[in-house]
Amino acid sequence: MDSPIHRLDPRAKFILTLGFFTTTLMFTNIFALLTIFLMQTPLVILAKTWSRWIRSMRGGLLMGIFIFAMNYIFGTSLALAIAFTLRFFTIMSAFSLFFMTTSADDLGLALEQAHIPYVISFTFTTAVRLVPTMAVDAQTVVDAQRSRGLELDKGNFMKRVRNYIPILIPLIISAIRRSVELAEALEARAFGASKHRTTIVTLRMKPADHLVTIFTFLGLFVATYVYFYVTLPSLVIPIQIPRLF
Amino acid sequence: MISIEDVSFHYPGTTQDVLDNVTLSINDGEFVAIMGENGAGKTTLVKMLNGLLMPAKGRVLIDSSATGNKSVAQLSRDVGLIFQNPDHQLFAETVSEELSFSLRNFGFPEDVIQRRVTSILESLDLRKYSNTSPFILSGGERKRVALAATLVWNPKHIIMDEPTIGQDYLQKDRLRNFIVQLISQGKTIIIVTHDVEFVAECNPRVVLLSKGRILADGPATRILTRSDLVTKASLVRPQITELMQRLNEKGAPADIVEPYAARDFLTPKLHAAADAQTSTR
Repeated sequence: MDSPIHRLDPRAKFILTLGFFTTTLMFTNIFALLTIFLMQTPLVILAKTWSRWIRSMRGGLLMGIFIFAMNYIFGTSLALAIAFTLRFFTIMSAFSLFFMTTSADDLGLALEQAHIPYVISFTFTTAVRLVPTMAVDAQTVVDAQRSRGLELDKGNFMKRVRNYIPILIPLIISAIRRSVELAEALEARAFGASKHRTTIVTLRMKPADHLVTIFTFLGLFVATYVYFYVTLPSLVIPIQIPRLF
Repeated sequence: MISIEDVSFHYPGTTQDVLDNVTLSINDGEFVAIMGENGAGKTTLVKMLNGLLMPAKGRVLIDSSATGNKSVAQLSRDVGLIFQNPDHQLFAETVSEELSFSLRNFGFPEDVIQRRVTSILESLDLRKYSNTSPFILSGGERKRVALAATLVWNPKHIIMDEPTIGQDYLQKDRLRNFIVQLISQGKTIIIVTHDVEFVAECNPRVVLLSKGRILADGPATRILTRSDLVTKASLVRPQITELMQRLNEKGAPADIVEPYAARDFLTPKLHAAADAQTSTR
């Protein structure tokens, strides 16, 4: 995949993502959150990751519903429950956009150039890289246990939760086995032998990257101003929340 | 009887057919080895037999009933599929518990579960491990536990995906004897494998799969002896076949795959040659 967003320096993209993250946490006002959420839409379109973005949002749906329900039942107002749900989707959208447009290699490079120890940046990029492998493993484990008569969606709630034990244990064990093998293979290839690693590719901020960074700080400044000096219209929903507790 | 009728399949999100108009029928009690290059569609094909995958086109019938009408659990009662990597299925605290998992899923009564677990532990030489965690066993032993975990519910048709990987020669030999025993009980055995030498020793019916199509289907003596066919499926002829074919001009039959058949042919000849040499001295 290639797009202007993909080509941005990972550090600039990360600053942008953190910008979205911070501003999202500043507000509980629905209109402010909606604005931040909608500001990401052109970026998603520009990055040509529309369908993957939708899929990732759909993946968060269950969690979103959970957040809404919890805040609705135990919270103070419906508007706040909507706001927290919106906040979750905004943060998720920002991070999905970042991970969908940044390769694990670029991420590793960015971390290294930020003087983060190589062991840590390597661990992080390996974790990111192993996600698809784990997904394939998970499918194989599900297939293997279904072939032994396991019916995941059978029984009451507790039974269904227990049904996942035969899936989770092999998955965790094989992940541990794989990590041990990986560690041994790395050691056999002299991982960490030289303290100061050099890289062929060095990341360099281009004008576009500087522009993104400047806009992010500008956005943060505007958000701070709005937070302290502007009264945002609040959403009044004439629905009483049943008081349970 | 298993019949695969004109089955095509492609994974969601792809257009490339992994299986392309495959038609195959396997009788009860038959022993079939499905062979072919990586990505030929072997594992996909066997996953169709217990309903883990459904054909995009065509149909799969197990004992005259289409797989689409039953759940994976219902189909698995008759079709036992043993996966390649035991680590993808072992999870219980002890080997005995591991073996009783499927029996509980299928709703067997507790006394039957105990009896069956004991008997399968015995026949696969695993009794000493009955209270051991499956995770501390060696790779070969874990593979045997996975095999036992399927055989324990006594399915009519047994499918093994790469059963010989990680097994030493003695274990392979035991596996071969065990398969022979299962066939004598009327079980259908299907193995998916790259292990030409193992197949040669077993001498089953061989189905060669290449790029999702059936390249050849017939007895091992007819398929594995043809270098053009085996090369197309990224395999090589068994060593014994190659030897016998090199000796072909000296009268050795070219369609031998079993080392035992070669031994029976060669031993008297070698004895005779040795005798002749002694008498001329």
